[in-house]
Amino acid sequence: MAVVEKASDILDGASKANSAILHTGFDAPPGSVELTCIQDGYREYREIYADMGLVLEETGAFVVGWSDEEVAKLEGILAKAHGNGVDDCSLISASELLRHEPSLADHAKAAITVPGECLIDPWSAPYAYLQQALDNGAEVFVSCTVTGGEFEAGEWRIATSRGSLRTRQVINCAGLYGDVVDEDVLGVTDFHITPRKGQFVVFDKAASSLLNAVILPVPTSRTKGVVLFRTVFGNLAVGPTAEDQDSRDDASSDKAAIEMLIAAGVDKLPGLANMPVTAVYAGLRPATQFQDYQISADAARNWITVGGIRSTGLSGALGIGQYVFKLYSQSGAKHPAIADPVVPRAKVLAQSGPRDWKSAGYGEIVCHCELVTAREINKALSGPLAARSLQGLKRQTRVTMGRCQGFFCSARLAEITTGHFDEPLSEGDDDE
Amino acid sequence: MMSNKIDVIIIGGGPSGLSAGVELKRAGVARVVVLEREPQAGGIPRHCGHPPFGMREFKWIYTGPQYARKLVKTAVEAGVEIRTLTSVVEALPGGKLLVTSDNGVEKISAQRVIYATGVRETPRSARIISGSRPLGVLNTGALQSMVYLKHRRPFKRPVIVGTELVSFSAIQTCRHMGIRPVAMIEQAARVTARWPVGLFPMLMRVPLHLNTRLVSIKGDKRVEAVEVENASRERRVIECDGVLLTGQFTPEATLARCGHLEIDAPSVGGSIRGSGGPVVDQYGRCSDPAYFAAGNLLRPVETAGWSWNEGRQVGRWVADDLAGDLAGDPLVTGENIHITIADPIIKFAMPQKISLPYKPERGMKHVQLRFTDSVKGTLVAEDGQGKVMWQCSLNTHRERRVLVPVAGLVSERSGGEIVFRVV
Ligand SMILES: Cc1cc2nc3c(=O)[nH]c(=O)nc-3n(C[C@H](O)[C@H](O)[C@H](O)COP(=O)(O)OP(=O)(O)OC[C@H]3O[C@@H](n4cnc5c(N)ncnc54)[C@H](O)[C@@H]3O)c2cc1C
Ligand SMILES: Cc1cc2nc3c(=O)[nH]c(=O)nc-3n(C[C@H](O)[C@H](O)[C@H](O)COP(=O)(O)OP(=O)(O)OC[C@H]3O[C@@H](n4cnc5c(N)ncnc54)[C@H](O)[C@@H]3O)c2cc1C
Repeated sequence: MAVVEKASDILDGASKANSAILHTGFDAPPGSVELTCIQDGYREYREIYADMGLVLEETGAFVVGWSDEEVAKLEGILAKAHGNGVDDCSLISASELLRHEPSLADHAKAAITVPGECLIDPWSAPYAYLQQALDNGAEVFVSCTVTGGEFEAGEWRIATSRGSLRTRQVINCAGLYGDVVDEDVLGVTDFHITPRKGQFVVFDKAASSLLNAVILPVPTSRTKGVVLFRTVFGNLAVGPTAEDQDSRDDASSDKAAIEMLIAAGVDKLPGLANMPVTAVYAGLRPATQFQDYQISADAARNWITVGGIRSTGLSGALGIGQYVFKLYSQSGAKHPAIADPVVPRAKVLAQSGPRDWKSAGYGEIVCHCELVTAREINKALSGPLAARSLQGLKRQTRVTMGRCQGFFCSARLAEITTGHFDEPLSEGDDDE
Repeated sequence: MMSNKIDVIIIGGGPSGLSAGVELKRAGVARVVVLEREPQAGGIPRHCGHPPFGMREFKWIYTGPQYARKLVKTAVEAGVEIRTLTSVVEALPGGKLLVTSDNGVEKISAQRVIYATGVRETPRSARIISGSRPLGVLNTGALQSMVYLKHRRPFKRPVIVGTELVSFSAIQTCRHMGIRPVAMIEQAARVTARWPVGLFPMLMRVPLHLNTRLVSIKGDKRVEAVEVENASRERRVIECDGVLLTGQFTPEATLARCGHLEIDAPSVGGSIRGSGGPVVDQYGRCSDPAYFAAGNLLRPVETAGWSWNEGRQVGRWVADDLAGDLAGDPLVTGENIHITIADPIIKFAMPQKISLPYKPERGMKHVQLRFTDSVKGTLVAEDGQGKVMWQCSLNTHRERRVLVPVAGLVSERSGGEIVFRVV
């Protein structure tokens, strides 16, 4: 088994930026594959997270109605949640909402509670999943782009930028390029990706004390609204926007959208008014013309497409794995389960967890804002998943992701990472 | 060793922290410990490879790194203990600190703690600049550390954004490493720093564009260009391989923000104002009287010499406090004077409180103000009833220091408010 990744570091596509909420599926399309995957994924995450040292913050969420138009929609949302089997949701009054969330603006009118929604670490979890595959015999090829392929006598010869790979079965999980890869290799695609950008603004850590649960919007005809959420790293974020675009790579941010998000945040959580902005980021959802994931098997050609994993793929990931394995097994493939699988421990980056700086022998703190140690950085720069870009190192350690954004640590970081990155942070006169 | 009783802990070993330490030792305080998270103490000057530093303190002109070493040597000789590679991660009520180092986590405490964590520049994110997020967008501090501490360069042809003093020292830093800035841009109609440094870019052959705003940053992996806009809203693209965001200093007040100390960040007419540092009284005493603050953390931004002097003074007042000689208690509201600003053109006024009874011989002599734009008019200080306590004519610019004598604000008063406005 091999994972082939175009970028120098994994999680460089749609997965590089999301809200990091483990969804219950309360508002997913009823009867969809997406709903099945979210709910199976949710269940499996809860089964494995403790053994793998992953984080789960059981914050719950409130879907808040801020206008009469929104309040009118709450009944429908509640019915949908119950229909989706999320039975613990209920309607509450504004005063009860404010009892749970005293910092929320008092123009909230009513809300639905979704106690099962949780916060997780959007990068450590997928890294741990892949690490487990590697520990149990898989391989990973990075900076390796799939460009085409031939299927002959029950075997694929996949052309990549690093040479050709022979395999019996292919699973296309190319995210924002899912349709492109289908087309390049199979010659056809059943869907077309229209990337939907989501911008976020992250506030100073001090802001996280303003909120307990996730504050979800009521989608209306006019607006989808934005989410207010804490992160397991101890920040508070507002976003995402939803902007359709053609580019599959351009996750740029723009001032007008960020200022709109800040204003929306302050409107709902007035305490944000005097909180500094720590970071601004954006992600691209692999949306298609359909209202569901696009997962299908071409059994005759040993090909499975996992496409259009649009806005719930972090929650759905483990469920998608189960779903795909079922499809794969239906084609007659059989594998004995691994007798005693290795269970790796995930990186601990959540603020509440046993972070590396809490135990002796770490050398020095390199990134002061996020308290990232030299020991953590050196570890992330080695092994089969070694960070080969600043982006990758950020996702593995959180360096430069805090309030100073590299003011204090860039120089030390440039020194430590010399020779490790394809795009170096700096050059010296003695460099090659 | 750390289990012995510590009298005063100083967080941060920059000019202000080290001079506070020296002063405390000279005043006879037994055990004074500086906690510094970097491998060397000395603070920002460690990576300011240019002169002039040290005139006020040592009557000599040093480069930043020489000056930093001199400060450390002076402190060590005075008996100040300096623990480097030691980060304070949490400040708790009553002078208790959570600290981490290679030894792991420990809780330490002292009778008094002086916060001297300095300032940094505002990063790209908090300036809310449109565009992609490629490599090569840095603040001056990061550039200086790369150039002077590591001898590396992050880019070769950057655009410099801003015209504060630090922006001009950035040109020197660039030159030192063979970096050739392609332009220096300033949103305002005039250079922020005082003349004659404004002539400096011309002398260094860096084109200076006033009335020019950075619109967006372009580039995939690394910076490829910036888009700028002039006063007539015409846009153009400048090719470059980096963006140096200079100045817009902000106190490194993390511990206070995430802890229990009151921060000066009031909303004035819908805009956030204030120093961004902890609220202090004229002794640099914070809202928890076990904590004091000194140096640029108090307010953005002054020189090393100014910060050094402030450290020395706050050190002395802390020594007085330990001896039981410091009057008043900033926690007692109503009986102290609260200084506020009522006009968003005023950026901040520091100190934000005057503890009473007022002792003219002790404490800061002036309230320091800064403005967000060029301003002409009369600066007025009123009491809570609108009675004018003090006024002066005002003709100043962004980031220029304006000093108002504390003595003029406190005459025959027993508390209440002082409100600053411009009329
Ligand atoms: C703004 C936003 C908010 C979100 N919030 C949440 C949330 O709160 N909860 C949640 O569960 N989900 C959320 N999501 C959704 C989630 O992030 C995505 O569904 C998920 O990341 C999709 O993962 P993927 O593996 O399908 O795609 P990707 O992460 O894009 O992975 C595809 C990979 O394939 C690689 N690739 C592409 N082409 C090739 C090729 N030719 N050869 C080799 N490799 C190739 C890419 O480089 C990429 O790494 C959010 C998404 C966004 C954008
Ligand atoms: C980029 C830049 C360039 C400048 N250039 C000049 C110049 O050329 N000339 C000039 O006069 N002034 C300059 N200044 C102003 C500078 O702030 C002062 O010179 C002076 O350094 C202020 O001294 P300080 O002691 O207040 O703070 P700093 O010198 O900033 O010292 C603060 C110290 O606290 C430490 N610290 C912070 N948080 C913690 C923590 N949690 N735990 C432990 N230690 C901590 C830091 O590592 C640092 O060593 C510059 C400032 C900046 C940001």
